[in-house]
Amino acid sequence: MNNLIKGEKYDWEMVIGLEIHAQVKSNSKLFSSSSTKFGSSPNSQVSLVDAAMPGMLPVINKYCVEQAVKTGVGLNAKINNYSVFDRKNYFYADLPQGYQISQYKYPIVGEGKVTIDFKDGTSKDIRIVRLHLEQDAGKSLHDQNPSKTYVDLNRSGVALMEIVSEPDIRTPDEAGMYISKIRSILMYLDTCDGNMQEGSLRADVNISVRKPGDEYGTRCEIKNLNSIKFIKQAINYEAKRQIEILESGGSIEQNTMLFNTSTGKTRPMRNKEEAHDYRYFPDPDLLPLEISQEEIGKIKSSIPELPDELKNKFIETYNLSNYDASVLTAEKQTSDYFNETINSDSELKDHAKIVVNWITSELFSLLNKNNLDLINSPVSPENLGQLIKLISTNEISGKIAKDVLEDMFSSGKTARQIVDEKGLQQVTDQGEIEKVIDEVIAENSKMVEQYLAGKDKLLGFFVGQAMKLTKGKANPKILNDILKQKLIKKN
Amino acid sequence: MSKSSLKQTLKDLDTKKISIRELNQDYLKRIKENENLNVFIHFSEENVLKQIDNLENDNSAKKLKGIPIAIKDLFCTKSMPTTAASKILENFNPTYESFVTQKLLDEGSIFVGKTNLDEFAMGSATNTSFFGNTINPLSKENEPLAPGGSSGGSAAAVAADLCLGATGTDTGGSIRQPASFCGVVGIKPTYGLCSRWGIAAFASSLDQAGIFSHNVEDASILLQSIAGFDQRDSTSAKVDIPNYFENLDDDLNGKTVGIPKEYSIDGTPMEISQIWEDAIKVLEKKGVKIKNISLPHTKYALPTYYIIAPAEASSNLARYDGVKYGFRSEEIDSLDEMYENTRAQGFGREVKRRILIGTYVLSAGYYDAYYLKAQKVRKLIADDFNKAFKECDFIVTPTAPSAAFPLNEKQNDPIKMYLNDVFTVPASLAGLPGISIPFGKNKNNLPLGIQILGKHFDEQQVFNTAVSLERSYE
Repeated sequence: MNNLIKGEKYDWEMVIGLEIHAQVKSNSKLFSSSSTKFGSSPNSQVSLVDAAMPGMLPVINKYCVEQAVKTGVGLNAKINNYSVFDRKNYFYADLPQGYQISQYKYPIVGEGKVTIDFKDGTSKDIRIVRLHLEQDAGKSLHDQNPSKTYVDLNRSGVALMEIVSEPDIRTPDEAGMYISKIRSILMYLDTCDGNMQEGSLRADVNISVRKPGDEYGTRCEIKNLNSIKFIKQAINYEAKRQIEILESGGSIEQNTMLFNTSTGKTRPMRNKEEAHDYRYFPDPDLLPLEISQEEIGKIKSSIPELPDELKNKFIETYNLSNYDASVLTAEKQTSDYFNETINSDSELKDHAKIVVNWITSELFSLLNKNNLDLINSPVSPENLGQLIKLISTNEISGKIAKDVLEDMFSSGKTARQIVDEKGLQQVTDQGEIEKVIDEVIAENSKMVEQYLAGKDKLLGFFVGQAMKLTKGKANPKILNDILKQKLIKKN
Repeated sequence: MSKSSLKQTLKDLDTKKISIRELNQDYLKRIKENENLNVFIHFSEENVLKQIDNLENDNSAKKLKGIPIAIKDLFCTKSMPTTAASKILENFNPTYESFVTQKLLDEGSIFVGKTNLDEFAMGSATNTSFFGNTINPLSKENEPLAPGGSSGGSAAAVAADLCLGATGTDTGGSIRQPASFCGVVGIKPTYGLCSRWGIAAFASSLDQAGIFSHNVEDASILLQSIAGFDQRDSTSAKVDIPNYFENLDDDLNGKTVGIPKEYSIDGTPMEISQIWEDAIKVLEKKGVKIKNISLPHTKYALPTYYIIAPAEASSNLARYDGVKYGFRSEEIDSLDEMYENTRAQGFGREVKRRILIGTYVLSAGYYDAYYLKAQKVRKLIADDFNKAFKECDFIVTPTAPSAAFPLNEKQNDPIKMYLNDVFTVPASLAGLPGISIPFGKNKNNLPLGIQILGKHFDEQQVFNTAVSLERSYE
């Protein structure tokens, strides 16, 4: 695969690393018992600790620690028995303590890796450097008043996992696939709700460019991107910007950038003089975090099947392709739906490929059109299974089945009900089909002559006519066979 | 007039010799007579009378029912404002009660007021307070003396008999040194014995609440009341709290006292060396074995302390930014200006000095040379004590290198002021319990203090030694 992009003068390779901030799925915050519910009225979920009142102290939320360990296991990473919370000191209006509690030297999770799968069946490992726990800041609201800034501390203190990758990513697409894969793993583990729109998952992108084979170039960091689309756009823009500078003889200044989603451009966030010295030091209010091997083992044993394991199982059990299996396992709701569908009837197991197709193309496109999630699908896995069974037993044709699915989708009826009510059963009776074909041949004698003179393409026309007369219910294979036999006889 | 003890007062209340109202009115009278000492940042007679009313209607038995207690104004209290002696919290009214003060309230004690301190507990003379100096009650007319610090208001409150006990906090000596200066008993327990929840933080890894009282017995009663595990403080210790008072035992026969040679410092006044020797002699008479010990890293304790404490303070005090509560400068045109002007106008000189030092020692390029090294030395200092305590049951030293000094003497020389902590800081860095008891006087008739240090969570031995020395001195 050629991952290079063309500049005016040279070919360039992008070198990309991601820092993903994933909000830990937990009812309460990392160091206080306030709720983490999204969308509550401003400052309604703020404890004395979150507001940094004098004398208030943080107390670690054990559940968040377990969630981080779980995630570490899901990222095939080393879990550290000993980790330390540090203070990252800086002033901002929505940072009530004047510091963020984070992990600096000793993170809770060390090196790991995740695998991304390409359409062509190949795959690639992206290495993880570390995962650490930290507090989120509050939110500054600049648009509520022309001369004032308001602060909402609901998010202040919410637990985040920062997942840092090695610079193993080479294209915007890979970056997108990587973040999708991380999101998928987190959602399987139920350690993050994966909701990028609500900011539960966002990323900082580190990017540099180099000529193939060269050392890494100087990188820039694009902060706080909250959709895969923006991540790809920002990478593309930033790579082009860097290439232009380098090709015109300039050099890249290491900088922190912001991405403007309406212009699609990046710009520097601050200059060097404003660069922070965060004065990290171990938080004296908190003891080092110690987790025994036994506790880790306990958490490990509670972990559900992860996408890669499930993918391999699907490939083995149902003889699916690597790509089909990876599409099915990209989201837990999809693999759950597939499992329920295929298990709804013992005979469906031999038709796994058809089940995949009906879920990932027909059902998905209907859901898309109606702006629905698989979780809210009006068609239950059992009902889809029933529909597929009707296809596989030749009771209805694939073409009819598409109409039936649409009907199921809007009416909520089962496939069986619709097929029975509308009499959509396939006509497989030879005599009945022969009668129809005779009729078509009789009414189109001219065409028949042309066909016999060598215009083979007309076969489709006869099939179409016959289908029309049977309202699409004739079994296509039987129809074809009889039609050909009859035409040969005419010759 | 001889001051009545907490122990005696509890008896008198129990036998109805005196009522809660009579008792507290006596104290209220003295508080009003001594306003010139500037002991309290907050005092409201009305508030005290209300507490008396409430207790008179309360029939339940409580251990400290009706006992007048003064609270250092670093403890957050619901019923009174909390300032940390800083302009930046001038009008701050907490909606919550600190762990320690809640325990005292639960026992039925009466809070007579919030006592003065050095701003955010940074100082050794109670002369950095936004609310003015506190005057040592032992001062002669026209020769005002410093009460020591930072808990100078609480020490003075007990010395002037404005209460039967007071809370303090000790980060590097802030209970023991003012106790010594004011001639009262002051105990700083083991780090972790009393929850820090609700105490405005100075240096989190060192801050520890403790008690001032007229005598050792009273201290043992009060400490038991404020100690205990608190899940809201991650550094709070899960240990059983003994009944220190019931267990008091002044028989020290067969015990071993450690006398650290490093505490004989050049330039220490004769009178200080003298009381130290006197104390050792008394112990010897009581059958205590004298063991000369070495705490070799003692000389590094002060510089170590003055790196670690300011480092933590620089971060702990970042929350006072004018955004959420407390003082906010009026001269603001931008977010940066809000921080700069609020903190420039809201903090006093000493607090700013320590924030600057702390910011410096944590900054990139200096962290390893200062903060990290200080942490390593701190460990060595703690190891010194651990080793020493294998050979002795407790350690005895002077509390401070001098008696109370004139009020404004060291105001402009921070280094000299920091030297006040030379005998108290090492035990703070090691997290050990220490008590200061009055033991002798200098030629000007000013009290001098002896410090007794114990093993971690061995407050009982500290009390036993203290009560034994106290009884021999009386």
